[in-house]
Amino acid sequence: MTDSNWQPAPSLPPPAATVGWIGWVRANLISSFSNSVLTVVLGVAIIYYGWQILDWALFSADFAGVDQKDCESSGACWVFIRSRLDFFIYGFYPNAEIWRINVMFGLLAVLIIPHFFEGFKHKKLFGWLLITAFPVVSGILLLGGILGLEPVETDKWGGLALTLVLAFVGIVAALPLGILLALGRRSDMPIIRGICVCFIELWRGVPLISVLFMASVMLPLFLPEGVNFNKLLRALIGITMFQSAYMAEVVRGGLQAIPKGQYEAAAALGLGYWKSMRLIILPQALKLVIPGIVNTFIGLFKDTTLVLIIGLFEVLQTMNTSITDPAWSNVAVEGYVFAGAVFWVFCYAMSKYSQALERKLHTGHKR
Amino acid sequence: MADQQNTGGVTMPSKPPPWNDPVVRSIVFQIVALILLAWFFWTIFQNTLTNMETRGISTGFAFLNREAGFGILMSLIEYDESHTYGRTFVVGLLNTILVSVLGIIIATILGFVMGVARLSDNWIVARLASIYVETLRNIPLLLQLFFWYTAVLQALPGPRSSLKLSENIYLNNRGLNIPKPIFQDGFEFVWIALLVAIAGIFVLLRWATKRLDETGHTFPVFWTSVGLFIGLPLLVFLIMGLPLNFEVARATRFSLSGGANLIPEFIALLIGLSTYTAAFIAEIVRAGILAVSHGQTEAARSLGLRHGQTLQLIVIPQAMRVIIPPLTSQYLNLTKNSSLAAAIAYPDLVSVFAGTTLNQAGQALEIIGMVMAVYLSLSLGISFLMNLYNKKMALVER
Amino acid sequence: MSDASTTESNSNDLAIQMIDVNKWYGEFHVLKNIDLNVSRGERIVICGPSGSGKSTTIRCINRLEEHQRGQIIVDGTELTNDLKNIEIIRREVGMVFQHFNLFPHLTVLENLVLAPMRVRNIPRAEAEKTGMEYLERVKIPEQAQKFPGQLSGGQQQRVAIARSLCMNPRIMLFDEPTSALDPEMIKEVLDTMIELAETGMTMLCVTHEMGFAKTVADRVIFMDGGEIVEENEPNEFFDNPQHERTRLFLSQILAH
Repeated sequence: MTDSNWQPAPSLPPPAATVGWIGWVRANLISSFSNSVLTVVLGVAIIYYGWQILDWALFSADFAGVDQKDCESSGACWVFIRSRLDFFIYGFYPNAEIWRINVMFGLLAVLIIPHFFEGFKHKKLFGWLLITAFPVVSGILLLGGILGLEPVETDKWGGLALTLVLAFVGIVAALPLGILLALGRRSDMPIIRGICVCFIELWRGVPLISVLFMASVMLPLFLPEGVNFNKLLRALIGITMFQSAYMAEVVRGGLQAIPKGQYEAAAALGLGYWKSMRLIILPQALKLVIPGIVNTFIGLFKDTTLVLIIGLFEVLQTMNTSITDPAWSNVAVEGYVFAGAVFWVFCYAMSKYSQALERKLHTGHKR
Repeated sequence: MADQQNTGGVTMPSKPPPWNDPVVRSIVFQIVALILLAWFFWTIFQNTLTNMETRGISTGFAFLNREAGFGILMSLIEYDESHTYGRTFVVGLLNTILVSVLGIIIATILGFVMGVARLSDNWIVARLASIYVETLRNIPLLLQLFFWYTAVLQALPGPRSSLKLSENIYLNNRGLNIPKPIFQDGFEFVWIALLVAIAGIFVLLRWATKRLDETGHTFPVFWTSVGLFIGLPLLVFLIMGLPLNFEVARATRFSLSGGANLIPEFIALLIGLSTYTAAFIAEIVRAGILAVSHGQTEAARSLGLRHGQTLQLIVIPQAMRVIIPPLTSQYLNLTKNSSLAAAIAYPDLVSVFAGTTLNQAGQALEIIGMVMAVYLSLSLGISFLMNLYNKKMALVER
Repeated sequence: MSDASTTESNSNDLAIQMIDVNKWYGEFHVLKNIDLNVSRGERIVICGPSGSGKSTTIRCINRLEEHQRGQIIVDGTELTNDLKNIEIIRREVGMVFQHFNLFPHLTVLENLVLAPMRVRNIPRAEAEKTGMEYLERVKIPEQAQKFPGQLSGGQQQRVAIARSLCMNPRIMLFDEPTSALDPEMIKEVLDTMIELAETGMTMLCVTHEMGFAKTVADRVIFMDGGEIVEENEPNEFFDNPQHERTRLFLSQILAH
């Protein structure tokens, strides 16, 4: 039965074949016959093709030089990227004024990078600055014309700077509009609700290209005589309308997730509709959907490439024109790989951030 | 202190003055909103009319009957310059539908494979699938299209030095040249045999289910259906004396002639759309499978169900409920994204109708209106069907 | 020792034999030297603090968990990586889970007939007849066409018990069957389990319900820190715990 002298048994280490890297290999790579075959075949393929890619991209590539003549080897011609880098980043911006774009990049970095650190205290402040003061300051910097800055017309804007402007303004403008639409869609007033539903479903149901065409071609027709928007503004209007519909759905998800008790408590305290929205509901809802907002931003960031179809020189178009420039031949792969890598870095970083946020918010939000 | 009135013996709370009454306020607010909206549209309408008059742009849909005067690179129906603008609409629409349907099929297959692969036991398989998904999701589709079109397809050799993929299938920078099927007399029976085979499969399914219920024995329905689908038409084909010829490409002095050619714009768009959307579908499939709680698998295995049976009867039906709504969303995205064809000159609806026709006819309102109407009805239609499906499949709860 | 396909002569009376079973999760030694023999028709209750390895032990019996050292022999068949053996064992061993794990997309009756039809190839009519019989035994025949989501927790667990019984197992494992239930529903499930015990079923039950242990168990086993600390028949176990740890645990459990 039982032994009164019983002592707890010591914890032993597991059998050697089941842990450490041996155990890992046995479990993950060769756990069955078909698995082992797969591992071998894929392993060989990876090594073979991986080596060739590495060779092309690094070992045989040309890094130093100035023009096509310096790209003699069979590897990648990174010289192309280096010589066109200014164009990719700044577009047609006058050389003398490029420092203004650099200041804008610098401000952006300062406002964003602290968010990646856990213990940073002023995240909320920096977040607010990012969506209020930063666009205004950037606008002034880039446009010029006041404060002693040389005016630079918008058709000289291009490259990565233009991409960032488009994405940022798009999100910053779409957010308040989206919030209003989301509130409207949940309204008790049937007309308001109807208008908002129609607006949202309209913009969500059509491709962005058609919206851009519409903005580019039809907008001048809608405006009274003499009033004309430049191309960039038209694109921004189209993008904003389009994004606000998606943003509205994201915010609506947040509003739906707030327990009814919050709405009731706010009402019970005597706060009217707008006050309770502003002070109680929206702060909670928006915090909940920050991951969704970041995801929308990622989508918008990728979608800014579409404006090249209406003639704006964002970063992909700068790459296109560089590739077809007669001074360079056969650099399409290098160009698109580089542009793809730039986008990938931005988007991947943002998506990781959004995932981390989601995890944190999920554990923090106790029902 | 309470304001009470007497209405025929029953005391009711009195009505507040109109400016405080929420019902009145709501009505007034809505009326004001409607008026503002109406005024807004009216102003735009007026402006538009004035501007169009100034620029000499006409209105109405009569332009659809005017001669188009331009060629289209690829068309599923008869088309040349002498056809009308209206016909360009149809050609563009058919091209959009073609690339969307094919894209959806390929993306679904590829997406499901990648999604399941990400969950594989084999670390290499899982990592490769992850790399695929994370890479393609974070690069703009337009960039991927340019990559496929410019860097890959245009870099192919000219027709005279085509890559030979297999007997009579050639790849060059003019496209993919495959043998063109020429149907001869008697091939109709093969089509009929195919329809009969499909009907037969349904009958087979019903019979097999009945047999399972009655005797408890399963029947290899899948392989029998495949055999029927392929075998029956094949049999009829042989009986009819092989009524099918192929026109294959032959090398001429400067290029290839003959055969059916799939233009590189089509191929690039198809590859780009499919691979991009497949990455998103993979994530949806993975989330769907993970959403089925592990307890379900454990219960099924404890009851003695084998791995394949567990998947087929327990995991996949439950996973599909989670998968299908976002999956249709991706299908819609793919269809809308097909409009990027305009950037690589594939003649889809936007590119042909809102592009060339718009440039020539100038009637922006009607044209863009028509284009948006097409996409909008597609989106709304599919959303509606999706809502129906969701209601039907929702797990019945208290 | 005993090889895979044995005859009855060796362990006729032993439903389950666990010999020196050890299990690790990575570096963590979660089961230490488990020696456990269960005779046919015996009812065993395993109790202990959370993390003691009691659930893990019974989950090793139907291979929901793998052991790295030692032997487990169920009904004469040894439990190894051999899929065939695993499937034989799973047919004879039924399991009831803490969270019921009913299949939500199937009706109650479909839940019951699925395995008999697909694993034992029993025709539907016969399977449904058996299913309804078991539903009546657990006293909810009227729920046959409902979906699990429409049932209360207690009803769902009773369906889960019926579902396992439809496969005619020789051994039933219960993994904290009442822990996820609201208090008022615990009794109906325990009553079902008591009735089952009275039919002579071999039962291995992980539970905190000590009243149940006193009524039904032939043996109570106390586990802590991954090993068996003490085992005894119920009266002795509750009245006369031999070890500090057992006493401590009992005082916490029986406090209310």
